[in-house]
Parts: sequence; C-alpha cells; structure tokens
Amino acid sequence: MSTVSGSLAGPPPEGHRAAAGEPEEDRTAIGRLGLRLFIASESMLFAAFIAARFYLNGTFRPETINPGLGVGLTLVLAGSSVLAYRALAAIRRDERKLAVRWLAGTILLGVLFLVGVAIEWSSAEFGPGTPFGTAFFSTTGLHAAHVLSGLVVLALVGRLIRRGHFSAEAHWGLTASVVYWTFVDALWVFVIFPTLYLL
Amino acid sequence: MTPSIWSAFRPVARGLAWALVGFAIGAGLTALARVATGSPPWSFELSFTVGYIFALPGWLLGVGLWERWGREWLGRPTEHGPTDWRRYLTFTIDHKVIGVQYLVTFLLLFLAAGALGLLIRIHLIEPVQPLLDDGTYNVVMSLHGIIMIAVAVATIVGGFGNYFVPILIGARDVAFPRVNALTFWLVPPVAVLLLGSLAVGGWDSGWTAYPPLSVRNASGQVLFNLAIITFGLSSILGGLNFLVTIHHLRAPGMTWGRLPIFVWAIYAASWIALLFTQFFAAAMVMVLLDRVAGTSFFDAAAGGAPLLYQHIFWFYSHPAVYIFVLPGFGITLEVLTHFSRKPLFAYRWAVGGFLGILGLSGIVWAHHMFVSGMPEQLLAPFLVSTELISIPTGLLFLSALGTIWMGRLWLRTPMLFALAVIFNFLIGGITGIFLADVPTDVSLHDTYFVVAHFHYTIIGGEIFALFAAIYYWFPKITGRMYDERLGKLHFWLMFLGFNATFLPMFWVGLNGMNRRIAVYPAELQQMNALISAMSLVLGASFLVFAYNLVRAMVSSKTPRAVANPWGARTLEWQVSSPPPLENFPVTPVVDGHPYDYGVPGAVHATVPALRQGVEGVP
Repeated sequence: MSTVSGSLAGPPPEGHRAAAGEPEEDRTAIGRLGLRLFIASESMLFAAFIAARFYLNGTFRPETINPGLGVGLTLVLAGSSVLAYRALAAIRRDERKLAVRWLAGTILLGVLFLVGVAIEWSSAEFGPGTPFGTAFFSTTGLHAAHVLSGLVVLALVGRLIRRGHFSAEAHWGLTASVVYWTFVDALWVFVIFPTLYLL
Repeated sequence: MTPSIWSAFRPVARGLAWALVGFAIGAGLTALARVATGSPPWSFELSFTVGYIFALPGWLLGVGLWERWGREWLGRPTEHGPTDWRRYLTFTIDHKVIGVQYLVTFLLLFLAAGALGLLIRIHLIEPVQPLLDDGTYNVVMSLHGIIMIAVAVATIVGGFGNYFVPILIGARDVAFPRVNALTFWLVPPVAVLLLGSLAVGGWDSGWTAYPPLSVRNASGQVLFNLAIITFGLSSILGGLNFLVTIHHLRAPGMTWGRLPIFVWAIYAASWIALLFTQFFAAAMVMVLLDRVAGTSFFDAAAGGAPLLYQHIFWFYSHPAVYIFVLPGFGITLEVLTHFSRKPLFAYRWAVGGFLGILGLSGIVWAHHMFVSGMPEQLLAPFLVSTELISIPTGLLFLSALGTIWMGRLWLRTPMLFALAVIFNFLIGGITGIFLADVPTDVSLHDTYFVVAHFHYTIIGGEIFALFAAIYYWFPKITGRMYDERLGKLHFWLMFLGFNATFLPMFWVGLNGMNRRIAVYPAELQQMNALISAMSLVLGASFLVFAYNLVRAMVSSKTPRAVANPWGARTLEWQVSSPPPLENFPVTPVVDGHPYDYGVPGAVHATVPALRQGVEGVP
C-alpha cells in the first residue's frame, strides 16, 4: 500500500480508516495545527538567543558590521519566499513542471544566502569570543542550520513533485514546507536582521 | 513459524550500527575541517558533538524510522513492522505499545536512580565518610538528579498520557503516531549518553549544570548537554502531539467541558513542554558553544554573563515542575472521584486551576535566583508572582477535598496513593512559601530544607500519583490483577518511609546542612543516620512493588482482570482489558459528563455495538 500521496499530501495517515458513515479525520487541519505549534516552539528557541543578545550587549552594535551585506542577504531570502509561493500557486493549478522550476529557484536563492553567511562569517572583524560575536555567530549559525534543514525538505518535496506526487487537490507536503520556509525567512527579515544589523 | 528471539533485537542492533556509521561520518568531517585549518584531526568534545549530530539520525533510521516513515520521503511505499511481541523493540506507531515502552523504560530508570539516591544516603550516615570521594559524590548526586528529572518529565506524560489520552477522548490513536514513536526512540540515546558520560569523567555540576563550572569541568559535561538537547526534542514533540490530538481527535460529543480531568492536566502540561523546553535546549547549546566553538556566553572574563544561564535555565526548569506535577494532580483527581463514588467537585474550577498554573508558570522563574546577585528590583515581583501560584493550586486542592468530602471512600491501593498525594503535597506546598519569600529564602537557600521541599512536591505530588496510576490502570493495560495485600503493603512502607526520610530533612536544613556537599557538621550525625535508615525502608517498598507486578505478570495463578474492575465511568473502562488495537470498533458517542456518579440516568459515553453489515466496520 503506497502512502506517499497519502500522508504527505493529506489523508489518510498510517492506515487508520474511518468506518462508513463517520466523518473522515481532517488530516490537513491536523497537520496545519501541528505545523503552527512547531513554529511557535521554534520561535521560543530563537527568543532565547535574541534575549541573550540583549542581555550580553544591550543595544550595542560594532561599527565594523557590514549592513550592506546584511541587506543583500535579506533581499535574497525574502525573494526566495516569493518564489516558494509561486511554486505553491503553480501546484494549485496542477502545473507540476512549473512548480519544480519555482522550487529550484527557491533552493538556489537559499544556497546563495548560505554562501553569503559564509562570506559574512569569514570577513567579520570581531571574533566569536567577544560578547557581540557570541550573539552574532550563535544566532546566525542557528538560523543557517534552520535554512539548511529547510533546503533539504524543499529538495525532497521537489523530487516528489517531479516523480508525479502532489496535485491541485492534495499538496499538504508542499504547503507545509513552504510555510516552514517562510517562517525561517521571516525570522531573518523581521527579527535577526534588525536586532543584529540595524539597532 | 515462530520468529527467533534474536530477530526481535535486529532493529536495535541495526540502529546501533547506523549510529556508528553516522558518528564516523560526523567525526570524519570534523577531522577534515580541522586538518584543513591546520589543527590536529581529533578533539574529543568537538568531534564527539558533531559525530553525535550525525549518529542520532542514524540510530533513528536504523531502529525502524526508515521503513515506517523515511521511505515515504523518497516516494517509496512504507512498510509495516512486526505485529507480535517483537513490536515492543522497534519503531512501532501504536500509542498503547509506545505507552508501555515509556513505562517500562522509565520505571527501570526510576529504580536505578533510586538506588543512586540510597547510595547518597548510605554515604551520609556519617559526617565525613570515605565511601565516596568528593568528586564521585558530585557525579552520583548529578546522575541521581537528572535521571529522576527525566523520570518525572516522561513517566506519566509519556507512559500513561500516551496510553490513555487517546482512549479517554474516544480516539483510535494520537494525531501523529510516527512522531509519537520518534519521541520514544529519542530516549535510549539519552540514557546511553548520561551513563556513558561516566567513561569520560562524568559531570559534577548537578542537574542544573550552572556555568562557570559546566564550561570548564570534565568532558562528561558535553555528553550531558547532548543528552538534554535530545530529551528536550522528545518532550517538545510529545507535547505538540498531545495538543493536536486533544484539539482534533475528540469523539463526537466529547466537548471541552466533558474532557476527563487527566486529559486537561496533560493538555496544560503539553503547552509548557512545547513552549518552554526550548529554553533548556538553548541553555545547553550555549554551554556547548562556549566549550567547543569559542563563544563566551558565560565567561565573565571575556564579557559573558554566568547569570544569563540561570535566567534561561530556570525559564524552562521552573515551568518544568508543572510538567511533573500537573499530570500527577490530574491522576489524583481522576482516582479520587472514581473511588469516592461522587462527581468531581468543582470540575470547572479545577480546569481553571490547571490553566491558571499554565498561565503563571512563565513569570516565576527568578525565585530560584534570590541569592544569585541579580538586580534587587527583581526580588519583589518574583516573590509576588510565585505566591500567586498558590491560588490556582488551591483550586485543585479544593476540588480534591470537596470530592472526598462526605464520599463513600473505597480504600483500594490506587485510592490510598491518591489520598497520600493530598497529604504530601500540602507539606510540600506550605514549605514552598518560605522559599518563595525572599527574607526566609536567603537563609534557607541551598540547604536540605530545599531538598526536603522539592522531594515533597515531586515525590509527594507526582510519584505517589504515578503509583496511584500504575495500580489503577495495571488491570486495564495487562488484563491481570495484582495482589491487593501486597499493594497495600507497598503503600504503607512507601508512605511511612517517605515521610520519615524527608520530614527530618527540613530540620537538618534549618540547622544549616548544605545540599550537594559530601560532608556535613558532626552535630547533625544522629538525625542523618535516622534519615538514611528510613530511606532504606522507602527503598524496600519498591521491592514489594516490583515483586507484586512481576508476579502478577508471570504467575499462572494471577486472576484475570475484568473490563471494568473499579466500576468507573470513563471510556477506557468501557472496552476490554487490554483494549483492542485502535481501541474502539466504532467511534464512541459521548452524551454527558464523565463523573456523574450517583446521578440518576446519567450516561458518559457509549461504544455502539458493531453495526453488522455496514461496510467498513471490522
């Protein structure tokens, strides 16, 4: 029994079936709540690191930090979210090939972001042992790890679409990964970038 | 064809093999990166950390996640695991199997950590004893502490929560069965890391692991930190699963106002696990980064702040005590109402109590830090917020007392344990006031008064409730009945042994005996000898417990349990003992409140008879 287009895309879960005459479990609603709670939990993790940034440094920011590169990273990541939503819109019209193309663009921008972070890390004029460096490297590193995990998920989903999974009716797996990707982007754009580069 | 015994261990063996492969990959990548930057290839703490990050997915995939879940990510069909007894040793998605996996694992850990506690007590019979040197004493104390914390977090929630929440709300399983299995299989690496840390010097910083010590002690600390991060992930995903399950999988008619009170308790505890556990993980990551990545979160000389750790740590670890105690209180109220044959008193106020504690849990953490040197203007607010907790806790107490008031108490073993919770937790709660008040806490801080207080709240409030739950639900889970006389013997030995052990600790604490120190003033010797003697009684009670349960499981003379030996009204008692796969042949229908004992004509739920001939009904 194949459960691929099943569980990733929506109903049914691992072999549970409703008896005749009973309402089917709404797997998409269940998945949506689970995803939202997961995002709430991950937000708390970042809250701890942002709190540490202020506890250790107040609003201090070294003059040597490169806001230009920060703006560039922000635009790359925000752009990748736009592409991810194009992919979602494409699958809603059942255009699989187009969806794969938009996803490839999303992944490309995500990789570009990671390269940018690597450049930022190697060119930073403060070390990880300083109070600001502690906050900067740990927070951006933690975020980069989340970006990396998002890229892996997007790549797996893209591969599934290429192999014919997901349709206009059932594409929860893609929706979930795009929402997660947007969360990771928004975290950078609205929280990490302002607190590390702008304050 | 009967499968061989050894085939049952194949998933675990494969998990270990894949974990080793993962570890080699992680450590190998670290070595490459280090050689590229001109360092020696192996640095224990860094190589181990990166190796573990790769070993953990290897373990999970090997133990069965790959067949049951991972294949799906590549578009391949998933496979079902074994359906006989071997399913207990692999990645199984049945919530009842997972509940039993949790219960067996954590009861064994409980007995092991209890033995460590006895070792501490034997060491403390004399004020200066050569049994354990100071370093070993610290390691034993730390290990006892963290294993018991893990037991307190996971035994009721992971064990009874997994087994009974879906049945109590009329569901077939939890919302995410595979995530549920994942949470359990994250636990064995935690146990391996904690015990394995002994091979690299252990860790001597206690379960609280404060820096600066935890940044510079033996490498066993790194294994502790990785264990806590792993366990935190398990706890977070477990909480998430319960929340979605309770929101979405309630049977028709199971409104929020009809939820069994144990489900409400798990619901409140799940929010705490979901949101706050991340802070424990964050604190552990920060210590790890200070050790292996050159950051300086907690190195004051480099501009770091050790107090930051305490804030982040207690922001989780105070709410965590409600993860321990709320499910314990849920079980207590559940058992009290069933064995008083009366409706649960002030049900709505009790729910308010659970949610009130949930709401306040996030704003009380710094009462652990009154003597830490934090800014003085923080003292009064945290004093007040901490004492506010007594209001929702009082609601739970009133519900318990009102329930047994004028009831016809049926004093079977579960009921005795539930009544003991009221007695013990009263002592634990009242002594807490002196620790929440700054003037008294300044002199009581880090004395045995604190040790006595938290053992009264956690053993008294949760572990007694855990045993109430074990005796209450044992016939349902196993289909067998334990010996009632041995159960009562266990209760009286445990109740008297517990109180005789921990009540005198308030006294030695008031007289200046410090906690976490291997020696103490000679004039406290007599009382300490008494405490140690009584702790052996407490320890012996668990031998009675283990004998009773093992005998009930293996003896052919054990009486079989009927479906509803207690005459209780909640849903788990309306199905066979043990319940069938997926719990209910047809989704049950809920028509009324679960605790309307003695109310004429009241019905909680009915499980419709098989609708013969209807397609889809098994």
